[in-house]
Amino acid sequence: MAKKILIAEDSSTMRALIVSAISALGDFTIVEAANGFDALRILPQEKVDLVITDINMPDINGLELVNFIRNNEHYQQTPLIIISTEGSEKDREKGLRLGADAYLVKPFSPGDLQSLLQKYLGRE
Amino acid sequence: MADKTNSRAIKEFLGEAEEIIESLNMDVVALGDAAEQGDVDPDLINRIFRGAHSIKGLSGMFGFEDISELAHHSEDLLDGLRLGRLPLTKELIEVLFEVLEILFRLVHGKGEDENFTLNLAPALARIEALRTGGAAAGDDPFEKYRIDRAILNVLTEYEEHRLRENLVKGRHLLRIVATLDLASFDQELAEITDILKRQGEVISTLPSSSDQPGRIAFQILCGTAAGVDQITEAMASEHISVEVLVQGEGEPGKAPGAAGEAEGPTEVDGEFEASAGTDATTLRSISRTVRVDIDKLDTLMNIVGELVLSKGAIATIGDQLKGKGQAALGGELQKATRILERRLDELQKGVMEVRMVPVAQLFEKMVRIVRRIASEQGKKVGLDLAGTETELDKLIVEDLSDPLMHLIRNAVDHGVESPEERVSAGKPEKATIGIRAFQKGNHVVIEVDDDGRGIDLEHVRRKGVHLGLINEEADLSREALFELLFTPGFSTRDEVTDLSGRGVGLDVVKNNISAMSGMIELNSEPGAGTFFGITLPITLAIIKALIVRVGTKTYAIPINSVLETLMVDPASIKTIERREVIELREATLPLLRLANIFNLADSGDAKQSFVAVVGLADKRMGIVVDDLLGQQDVVIKSLGNTLAFVRGIAGAADLGNQRTVLVLDVGGLMGEALRGEATFYV
Repeated sequence: MAKKILIAEDSSTMRALIVSAISALGDFTIVEAANGFDALRILPQEKVDLVITDINMPDINGLELVNFIRNNEHYQQTPLIIISTEGSEKDREKGLRLGADAYLVKPFSPGDLQSLLQKYLGRE
Repeated sequence: MADKTNSRAIKEFLGEAEEIIESLNMDVVALGDAAEQGDVDPDLINRIFRGAHSIKGLSGMFGFEDISELAHHSEDLLDGLRLGRLPLTKELIEVLFEVLEILFRLVHGKGEDENFTLNLAPALARIEALRTGGAAAGDDPFEKYRIDRAILNVLTEYEEHRLRENLVKGRHLLRIVATLDLASFDQELAEITDILKRQGEVISTLPSSSDQPGRIAFQILCGTAAGVDQITEAMASEHISVEVLVQGEGEPGKAPGAAGEAEGPTEVDGEFEASAGTDATTLRSISRTVRVDIDKLDTLMNIVGELVLSKGAIATIGDQLKGKGQAALGGELQKATRILERRLDELQKGVMEVRMVPVAQLFEKMVRIVRRIASEQGKKVGLDLAGTETELDKLIVEDLSDPLMHLIRNAVDHGVESPEERVSAGKPEKATIGIRAFQKGNHVVIEVDDDGRGIDLEHVRRKGVHLGLINEEADLSREALFELLFTPGFSTRDEVTDLSGRGVGLDVVKNNISAMSGMIELNSEPGAGTFFGITLPITLAIIKALIVRVGTKTYAIPINSVLETLMVDPASIKTIERREVIELREATLPLLRLANIFNLADSGDAKQSFVAVVGLADKRMGIVVDDLLGQQDVVIKSLGNTLAFVRGIAGAADLGNQRTVLVLDVGGLMGEALRGEATFYV
């Protein structure tokens, strides 16, 4: 069965770019959340295999989402990639300390994202 | 993604970037106002920061280095501002406006050509100058108040700063834990934060799993100066607990300011329980909007138009069948056609609705223009927008953009006086330009007014004489003089300014409006200001039309401008001051003969004529025709540039039986006919 990836990101452009990078890699089911609250709602509904989250979102921030996921027995092991911008090193470090597996810094290439996906999900 | 092959994503980006820039503009205007009043909402600064941040991140993905660099520097500047390292100064706000202007031009330029760029050096230098002038932050209050590391760990740098600020100001720090229903937590949370924001500032919202199934817990950090009791009271519920983490010491001499008010918290009625029935279906709700290329909607609209015409053809076949003794079959076909008609109506309405957009976006663009021009000219101008939720066809909104911009430029450039001039005239130093929109039947009215110096009619008259447009002795009415302003080549200011004097005058504005089957009116009072009223149809494309015959020719009159039709006896037509009129319910209705306008041979044999009474805005006129042939849906097609000069014609329409008729431009014809005496001199 196709692996399921949750993208929590408030920019539709960014989601479109991530989706196109993932689609190029193979057959994945992608669930998009336009904000943190949507992500919180989707998590218990979908069996997600990997989460990609932005740090700056309007309702709850990505760090809070990481903390939520890492402290919930159901998703504790779910690989988590955070997306941050250059200049936000402190937030990025916090994310990793809270349990995110990896981070990407905007602007990133599709290749960067794809190699992380392969690392955490294996090749399709 | 830097290979720039992803053109859909690029379009998506440019669209999103434009939206972000427009809303940033509004936010920076609000920031400027707030700074003047000395009451700045940290949420507002953070929102502006996030906007710049998004643009930086997105443009970097496409390799738009210029946009990215400018956004990056602005982001740093805003970061300093939101983290309290930089003071909010007038100059900083000026720089933000400058940056937004450049970003806007870059985004637009790249829409045309991806390689478009601008020289960013001056703007970057101004940003740097501001950034290096900042002050350093004080001691760390987290140690002093023994804030739990676990709390700090999930705060972003900004949230940490807000926490620090609250502590430094001696506010109480509360932890509110709410265990909410997973299906409706966002509404409940909005309600809770709403209450909290009235008493203080929400610093962060941390979700955590709940022991209770179907629930999710949130830990909200809130700083408040005096609202502990109110909050505790308002939060009384078995699912919510309030704990005071830090007992604030208060800040001597400062009144507690409720932060967050400026953002305008959304009103949520006291219904904590969301409708349970929709729980399962709404769980996957993501974004509910789709961005669509207007060309696709056009294609769709054209297809609907063609379908409407095909329906007309089928109806005709039904009639013919009935006439040829196939009554039963013809009747069936007619019945089926009526069902088809109803469905087509719905389809047409549906497509039309999709094309409708609120004028808010258009109006917000004007905010930037007014600001820029006013500051270039050292004038003080406030913009008063109303009816921004009024909807218009997207294409009309697009086409309206230039004429509206021109009117606004005129208002700032010619209308509004210098602050000194205004004060000595006993007016407030700051001028006000109003832009209002409202729906009126099948039309939308856009009004633009200013409280500036108004139009000097004597000056207009002299200029008209000088340009040879009117005779020295001509005794022109107010309306006729105003009408002169719309004449090609007329400009009341003798010097050409960089602003309005680009060889584009009110005549072009009028032509643009007429091309949309609209009408423009002008009124002005010297010393008091100038008013423009633009009346536009809500949509173009498909219209219902009254088909009329004049001699051997057939024309279509858009039905939304037809008020009524009359049969008139030629004897009842009188001539007053060289104009034909009839009496209609104790009022005089001026008449217009299409035969005269289009130089058609007058059939002359008519015992009776018909008059279609048309009206736009507050004006009325009767169009005299030989016969009324009925109502029909027509699809308007533009005549193209080659025939654009033909006055009184809005376009051509296909009647469905391979016959093409011309559609009358009622606004244009009325302008022509009601121009009054001036017509004789032009």
